[in-house]
Amino acid sequence: MQGVSKLQRFLFSSVTLRILSITTTLFGISIFVFLVLRVIPGNTITGSFGIETGMLTPGQIAELRHYYGIDQSLILQYFSWMKSFLSGQFGYSFSTGVSVMKLTKSALPVTIELALIGTILGVIMGIAIGMFSARKPGSFRDFGGQLFGLLALAIPGFVLSTAIVTIMANVFRYFPNGFEYMTPWENPWVNFQQMMFPGLVLGIAVAAPIMRTTRSALLETVDKDFVRTAHGKGVSPRKVQLRHVLRNSLIPIVTMTGIQFGYLLGGAVIVEKIFALPGMGRQVLDAITKREYATVQSSVMIFAIMFVTINVCTDLIYRKIDPRIK
Amino acid sequence: MKMSKEMGTKGGLHYYLQSKSGIIGAILVFFMAVGALSAAFGWLPHDPLIQNVNDILKGPSKRFWFGTDQFGRDIFSRTLDGMRRSLTVSIVAVSIAAFIGVILGILGGYLGKWFDVLVTRMSDVVFAFPAILLALAIVSSIGNSWIDTALSIAIVYTPIFIRVARGPVLTVKEMDYVKVSRILGYSSPRILIKHILPNVTAPIVVQTALSLSWAILTESGLSFLGLGTQPPDASLGLMVADAQSLAAFAWWTLLFPSLFITIVVVGLNLVGDGLRDAWDPARRNS
Repeated sequence: MQGVSKLQRFLFSSVTLRILSITTTLFGISIFVFLVLRVIPGNTITGSFGIETGMLTPGQIAELRHYYGIDQSLILQYFSWMKSFLSGQFGYSFSTGVSVMKLTKSALPVTIELALIGTILGVIMGIAIGMFSARKPGSFRDFGGQLFGLLALAIPGFVLSTAIVTIMANVFRYFPNGFEYMTPWENPWVNFQQMMFPGLVLGIAVAAPIMRTTRSALLETVDKDFVRTAHGKGVSPRKVQLRHVLRNSLIPIVTMTGIQFGYLLGGAVIVEKIFALPGMGRQVLDAITKREYATVQSSVMIFAIMFVTINVCTDLIYRKIDPRIK
Repeated sequence: MKMSKEMGTKGGLHYYLQSKSGIIGAILVFFMAVGALSAAFGWLPHDPLIQNVNDILKGPSKRFWFGTDQFGRDIFSRTLDGMRRSLTVSIVAVSIAAFIGVILGILGGYLGKWFDVLVTRMSDVVFAFPAILLALAIVSSIGNSWIDTALSIAIVYTPIFIRVARGPVLTVKEMDYVKVSRILGYSSPRILIKHILPNVTAPIVVQTALSLSWAILTESGLSFLGLGTQPPDASLGLMVADAQSLAAFAWWTLLFPSLFITIVVVGLNLVGDGLRDAWDPARRNS
């Protein structure tokens, strides 16, 4: 182990710590979802039979409980789900008759595509409007930018989506939610039409916090000495803006982008529903109403893993942007 | 952190009134609150539940200010009644979240050690979920009544308050005056209440205003999905959901409930901005 510098050792230990803390968090999440679904009255049987559950004989109920595996102790149920999750099957969905892995395989790409489109549109709009606003704080254009930020924050996604669907259908006789879903590989044009509007709705929601973060980060950086020096050296204002001000304001913007992307991956339930996209949000929503434990648990675990991964990636990007962060 | 005296209510109000967004926000929230209160006292032009076959989908008029819906119910009255429900759920939810979150956050930050680890881990666990999804899972499990919705929203927003309260405590507890109080032998509760709590009130109050606005969005989102308030009761989210199929020929069914959600959320955000400006000396002069 000769030649291992102090820095490397530090890095090694912090990575280990990070992995340890992530694992405990994920473990906590798995227990939390598991319990939330079970503490409460009702189970898979009432979820799939509804009111007719009352007509079942005790023998039938016992058999169904055995069939769904909910006659076992909670600890056994937890471990059998964990085993299935870790093996990559993610458990079994009774109503669809396939493994949750299969469901996820078709639903996850939809959600990721949507989240990516939303985040990219949001970052572009947010940074542009934030820079536009910060150029002259307190001016009329700043007011306009801030008003956009406020409205984008306040108008709920379902209102915006409903309004878009109504206007498109009414004025242009165009139905953004009237397609059978197609992947970008099957039919890129249909896919684009399906993703355009939900992506825009999510993009506007993402733009609001990014615009606010950009604006305040820029305003903070503009007063710094190195910016004055750059101006003094005769660097063109545009170059100062991009090279010195924006670059040094990137950290909060990247943080906000990471957080927003993480939320979009799981938070697009409503938009997915309105625009009839078969993504993860809809998968969970369906599973929740049917009380399909394995599907809900595994889907939520997948969200959590993605969320945590994105956080780690954001941290890694920091180090790239700002060499001062070790 | 050294302005605990300065943050007295008198000074605070003075500075709050200097913030334009704070004033506008307060006015917007005030009007929404008046509307919600008049619904609570039953001072509405029409009964929000009474259906009227002769007045189905009438546009805005002197008699029905915001028009009527597919059952001939007065949309103005239903919007105010929905606002009352949204505000009730949000206020209850945020109060629970703030109460539990602040206590856990302060204790975690002050006591440190295993308790702090436990509290931050727990909040990390809840944080790793997208809010609406978590609320959705909980509410579909515990039920649809307004208190169930409030409880699920409270669980979702508790970790935010834990973080907001814990951060300043970590700084303040290392400050000389706290160390001195400890050396003087003051009891922990006295130090917590007299010296630490006043230093976290500012961020918590700001957070409360912002959380209220998010809670309203979450509540209306849940009822939009059919998991919150159940028909025939009025709720803003449910009205928007109904309007999906009506808006094409009756724009007022979509416009007014949407407008009210937006106004109250904008108002609460502006109030949050105003409070932050009032409490943050660095921003006061800007």
